[in-house]
Amino acid sequence: MSTMAVPDVAVATVDEGFWTRNRKVGAILLALGVLSAVLFGALATDQQARFTLSETEGGAALEINGTIGAVGFGIITAAAGAALLAGVPKRWFTPLLGVGVVGFVLSFLCWQVSAAPAGQNFMPLVNVVRGTFILALPLIFGALAGVLCERSGVVNVAIEGQLLMGAFSGALFGSISGNVWVGLVAAALGGALISLLLAVFAIRYLVDQVVMGIVLNLLAVGVTGFLYERLMQTNAERYNSAPRFGTWEIPLLKDIPLLGPALFRGNIFLYLGLLLVLVIHIALFRTRWGLRTRSVGEHPTAADTLGVKVLGLRYRNVLLAGVVAGIGGASYTLALYSFTKNMIGGKGFIALAALIFGRWSPTGALLAALFFGFADQLGTYLGAINSIIPSQFLAMLPYLATILAVAGLVGRVRAPAADGKPYIKG
Amino acid sequence: MTNPNPESGSPDKEPATEAQAAQTAAGGAGRAATMAAPKRPEPEGRPSLGRLFLDNLWAANTVTVTVLALVLAMIVGAILIIVSDPEVLATYSYITAQPTDALNASWTVVSEAYANLFKGAVFDPETFSGWLNGDNGWQAVLGPISETLTYTAPLVFTGLSVALAFRGGLFNIGAQGQATIGVILAALAGFLLPLPPVLHLLVALLAGAVGGAIWGFIPGILKARTGAHEVINTIMLNYIAVYFLSWIIVQNGVQNPDRSDAISKPVESSAQLPRLLGDNLRVHAGILLAVLATWFVAWLLNRSTLGFELRAVGANPDAARTAGISVTRTYVLIMVIAGLLAGLGGSQMVLGSTANALTPLVVAQIGFDGILVALLGRVKPWGVLLAALLFGALQAGGNRMQSYSGISLELVTVLQALIVIFIAAPALVKAIFQLRAARAARLQTSLAKGW
Repeated sequence: MSTMAVPDVAVATVDEGFWTRNRKVGAILLALGVLSAVLFGALATDQQARFTLSETEGGAALEINGTIGAVGFGIITAAAGAALLAGVPKRWFTPLLGVGVVGFVLSFLCWQVSAAPAGQNFMPLVNVVRGTFILALPLIFGALAGVLCERSGVVNVAIEGQLLMGAFSGALFGSISGNVWVGLVAAALGGALISLLLAVFAIRYLVDQVVMGIVLNLLAVGVTGFLYERLMQTNAERYNSAPRFGTWEIPLLKDIPLLGPALFRGNIFLYLGLLLVLVIHIALFRTRWGLRTRSVGEHPTAADTLGVKVLGLRYRNVLLAGVVAGIGGASYTLALYSFTKNMIGGKGFIALAALIFGRWSPTGALLAALFFGFADQLGTYLGAINSIIPSQFLAMLPYLATILAVAGLVGRVRAPAADGKPYIKG
Repeated sequence: MTNPNPESGSPDKEPATEAQAAQTAAGGAGRAATMAAPKRPEPEGRPSLGRLFLDNLWAANTVTVTVLALVLAMIVGAILIIVSDPEVLATYSYITAQPTDALNASWTVVSEAYANLFKGAVFDPETFSGWLNGDNGWQAVLGPISETLTYTAPLVFTGLSVALAFRGGLFNIGAQGQATIGVILAALAGFLLPLPPVLHLLVALLAGAVGGAIWGFIPGILKARTGAHEVINTIMLNYIAVYFLSWIIVQNGVQNPDRSDAISKPVESSAQLPRLLGDNLRVHAGILLAVLATWFVAWLLNRSTLGFELRAVGANPDAARTAGISVTRTYVLIMVIAGLLAGLGGSQMVLGSTANALTPLVVAQIGFDGILVALLGRVKPWGVLLAALLFGALQAGGNRMQSYSGISLELVTVLQALIVIFIAAPALVKAIFQLRAARAARLQTSLAKGW
């Protein structure tokens, strides 16, 4: 049967014996802490590491001696790890893990910033925070599209294709009409088109959803690439010069130090993305639609028995996901760049990683997307100060983190029970 | 009234009665008496072979659906060609006044594009007449076939990799990453090791296979030990491999010292796969290895103990475990072999004739195309070989289409994706063409399951 469920080979048995998950994570954190205190401490210089609260070197700043910072934050990480290893109550797990990870990152930064070439021993935090949000934005939209699909039981591997199609149709119709809003609507419809194909083939024709996602990604790459070469390259003036959304400053809030310039002087997509996280979170966990969506994703038969129209709800949510991802795609072409071939370049798959790392919840996806965006931004920064850490390894970080999460090292990751299983009534 | 045809086993008596009535009317009263006996009425004996062929021709069997999927994909492709051509599109603005203009213009642009696709992939009549007149050598006649086979060879390997994992119930999206690690190790062995010709090639191929196997082992062991879903892990490993490739290219000792861009040293000629038809044609021994690998996978799946265990685990892991098969061991082995195959496919990208040095895009799309190839080949080894041949032909023809008709190579990607979409949903093709249900419809390529 096509709907046969294959259970996991090994249900992660982590709570047995001395080596509980807490202790394993604790041991890893302890090792990381010691490593960072010793290694980063030794490599750091006596320069002051300055974290400025502006876009430049000047202004207010948090300062710490490089060596002291690297060693000190490393010890904090080690202490958090040791506490976990010692066997503290379970509710301490998340805070301690957070402290450990942040300590490790800060230790690393103290080393990097203090060892930067002379005159560059500063990190402009405003740039970092703003860059993090800009880079995380397509991931947020993509991961939200994933949440909408997968919570209702349809695996969405086609996020990449939805983003790409959104970016393309936003650019194309925005250029033809000369109106950003037309472009935005077209982008939403473009994403929904890929979603429609996914929904019809997954729900109506029961095609394997992962297969369909992969094929749709290729289809989107092909169609947009083909039309790009035929239309946009030959007549960029007419087909690839979409108007762009400007910056919207929010009065009062924009003057908050650090967060103001980074968060409240953005474009429509930044506000829309953050708003959508909130709306979808509340809708998913506090409304009738949300309860039905989750029940359809966990146990469609039970939901059907209670009168929920399983297939109709799935169609609607998948289409909605396409709209969200399409707008995410437009955040490229209607705000930042003109369209180029395959311009999403794997962001859809990082969004998928953010979705999984964020455990299929909107807020979790937001945090994961910000974490991945930060890693990306850090890579840019380290490249600018000629760090010895290759940016490629930082770029791997989201994927490595996801593998660790799925392998059960950082908490249990569980997909909706009926995710990917077509529902056949009767 | 008793059912005169009990063997039909139909719980619904109405059709039988109707058939009987019809036959009674046709055959007369004498026939009706024999029908009372519990013997199957066979008025015409077994249908002839030709009749069977015609019956099946328009039924939803594998071959018909595949051909029709190809036709549908090409129709959609034609529409794309037309709507993206401003001159042709202009003729549609007065289609009611003069429909022949629009139709002629569309026919010209589409037929020219597809003719070039065919000439680039299979055979160009001009080179044949040129050969007869002595204008060009026989190589030119075989050129398109040589190109097709060159593109086919790596796709066979990645397709087999995906298909083998499919049969074991695993979805290997990681063929791309496995091929990437394979190509890295093969290339490193190809320009770092000073070895004599034949041995060098073997070592380079082995290095590629080992690289792919390692990259397959990781999701395999994670699946077996922690239950982490292989789809997620292989997707993630694909990207890790891509970044690893872009890092290693620019390292000292790997990067080509004469170049400033991201390209490695070239693989030495002692590690190159030999060309089969002289230096002017690109077809190389990789295609022979591909046939060998197909035979090996077919043997492994259908004749070996491991293949039996693999299929058992793929069909029902719980039952397999009950029967004493180690599911975890089988999962790891499946992924290692799948990775090994993909790694071999990847190594051909530098040891064959498409390129001889690492670049960020050296593996192209062969891993993702392998998924399509495996599905198109109905996850059967020889089917994969044929599917890879079709995809290789599209690729080779697409190159000519691009340079002669100015149709972007991306159209080939669209065609490939569309073919597989239609293949994966045979019910859709069946509905569009009003096909009969096949006698043995084994088209369900779906392996749907969550993660």
